[in-house]
Amino acid sequence: MKEQEEIFDYLKEQFGEDTVEFMKGDVGRPWFQFPAVRIKEIAKFLRDTAELRFNTLMCLSGVHYAKEEELGVTYHVHSTTLGHSMAFKVRVPIDQPNVPSVESIWKTADWHEREAMDMVGVMFDDHPNLKRILTPEDWEGYPLRKDYEPQEFYQGMPTTA
Amino acid sequence: MIEEQILETGKDTREMTINMGPQHPSTHGVLRLELVLDGEMVKQCRPNIGYLHRCFEKYAESVEDYAKVIPYTDRMDYVSAMNQEHGYVIALERLLEVEVPERVEYMRVIVAELQRIASHLLGIGTFGLDLGAFTPFLYCFTEREKILSIFEKATGARLLYNYMAVGGLMRDIPKDFKSDTAEFVKTFRPKIKELNDLLSYNKIFIDRTAHIGILPKEVALNYAASGPVLRGSGVEWDLRKNDPYSIYDRFDFEIPVGKGEVGTLGDCWDRYIVRVREMEQSLRIIEQALDGMPDEGDVKEGIPKRIRPKEGEIYTRTETPRGELGYYIISDKGASPYRVKARAPSFVHLSMLPAISKGALIADMVAIVGSIDIVLGEVDR
Amino acid sequence: MGMLDKKYHDSNIIIVNLESALNWARKNSLWYEQFGLACCAIEMMATAASKYDFDRFGIIPRSSPRQADVMIVAGTVTMKMASRIKRLYEQMSEPRYVISMGSCSNCGGPYWEHGYHVLKGVDKVIPVDVYVPGCPPRPEALLEGFMKLQEKITGETITESKDVKVEAEKVS
Repeated sequence: MKEQEEIFDYLKEQFGEDTVEFMKGDVGRPWFQFPAVRIKEIAKFLRDTAELRFNTLMCLSGVHYAKEEELGVTYHVHSTTLGHSMAFKVRVPIDQPNVPSVESIWKTADWHEREAMDMVGVMFDDHPNLKRILTPEDWEGYPLRKDYEPQEFYQGMPTTA
Repeated sequence: MIEEQILETGKDTREMTINMGPQHPSTHGVLRLELVLDGEMVKQCRPNIGYLHRCFEKYAESVEDYAKVIPYTDRMDYVSAMNQEHGYVIALERLLEVEVPERVEYMRVIVAELQRIASHLLGIGTFGLDLGAFTPFLYCFTEREKILSIFEKATGARLLYNYMAVGGLMRDIPKDFKSDTAEFVKTFRPKIKELNDLLSYNKIFIDRTAHIGILPKEVALNYAASGPVLRGSGVEWDLRKNDPYSIYDRFDFEIPVGKGEVGTLGDCWDRYIVRVREMEQSLRIIEQALDGMPDEGDVKEGIPKRIRPKEGEIYTRTETPRGELGYYIISDKGASPYRVKARAPSFVHLSMLPAISKGALIADMVAIVGSIDIVLGEVDR
Repeated sequence: MGMLDKKYHDSNIIIVNLESALNWARKNSLWYEQFGLACCAIEMMATAASKYDFDRFGIIPRSSPRQADVMIVAGTVTMKMASRIKRLYEQMSEPRYVISMGSCSNCGGPYWEHGYHVLKGVDKVIPVDVYVPGCPPRPEALLEGFMKLQEKITGETITESKDVKVEAEKVS
């Protein structure tokens, strides 16, 4: 089982200083940040290498950072054999929100990525079935963005009281 | 002949697509399954969800207080409301770095384990009802009513409690809570044996659930299954032991695992029997907690006046009756969270359904959906 | 009535008018369509179980809308589900009644303010006869809702149609 700083040193050796960033807030747990274009290669490395063995993706969430005008995707992974866990993020600009999909690496990501697309608007490349999942197919807008205004009528029914 | 028909008309009439749900007596809520059938056998199954999407995450960002989110967490998985609240308050306590008094921890464990028994009783009862057994459903509900009347005396509500607060509880337990719970534990043990005689080893039940819906271990881990679904496939993984939270590391209990006793390892019967055996282990935890609970202490003294965490984020996971429930909270020093994401176990388990239902009959689909024990409130949030 | 009534006083023949007989038969065997959407469905199942038995009033669950008299809308109605509810209501045969159980289907419930996907009350798509408040309502409250529906049926007459007539409003 590795601590967060040990994982950071190991990943810095493999991928270089400019790819891996280690950040923390005032409270809570620290996280890593990777560039969006290399996420698939990094995810495959995290799952297969014997030192880390992250075989389960616990959660994948989409976030809208309104001040910086960016969309982010946070991944939480965990290893059942070695017992350690880590969190990492990617950030993309809001007018070109393309992130490669990790569905071929962890099958959990299938529905979680559809939900992130539905709620925030991140587009995942190479996803087998990227459609809306929680709202109806003809819904307008991305509900969890900070500047979202619900539509007034949906198929003749009022959305407000 | 069929080939000629296809060449002439361009239509293949061997396969039929039908809808199971959203209104169906056996889908445990509003779930729509599109089944592509060849006769009675299922070739493909596509679940469609979102019929109960109640905007929990938007509400968590819009209400003006962290504590006002707690009633909405109740309503996600309405069958096991105490466990949902438990996960959220533990996440906030880690973010605020507050200490919780001993008495509060013991009481939280007792109500969480009682809620686990109530939730398993409902899951087992409705599973039997789907397969045609009406009497175990009534027996399970009678036992569940006893637990709900204990909760009603303590919290005031039968189903959705709003009982846990950050750093404490909303109100103290009444005087006869300990004796009522001890009485319940004493009378419930023989009822599990009765349930086993009535349903678990019944030949018709075994014929309908053994060798059906087999979930191999590697598929389960790749899909991030958890809870009884993962333990039914032979993996000994329980968050109360492998990643302990609250005071679960002080109690002595076992983790029941499926072994393929009647049928194949990882079939519907294995997932069912793991739930029955978990109820016995919960009784052990409740007895130990009742013995060890301190009698003195105020449940409200640890509750902070204002909940304003500093900037940061956290992911906490707890073990609910359905699996691993995770809360991902991002805080930006405001009065309400910047982002709350609830990772629901039933959402993940339902996405596995196309993989484990190949070659099943329609009647087997009912057994598979019932054995996974989903609750649509947390799938759609 | 009158002379005939006294003649068969001792034997088991009762003379009553057709409306009372029909209403008595309809109100004492209300078969409901299992339509549990969310948390209120659990309380509906608890009302049907042994402690607060529904069956003693003649109320039993049926899975298909064609075999049901009353539809209990128990739980939150979302935009995605609303068109299906309308279709199920139209599939029920008359005389048909609707009980709206819980705050969510009465008026949107706890999701009235920021719920973009929640329909604020099921009476925006189908006509409702009885509203049962609560979140969730206790089983006794649901039973009282059925008592009120039985009172409503007692006062019905077979000479007038029961369909809800909506007058088109003039748009100026």
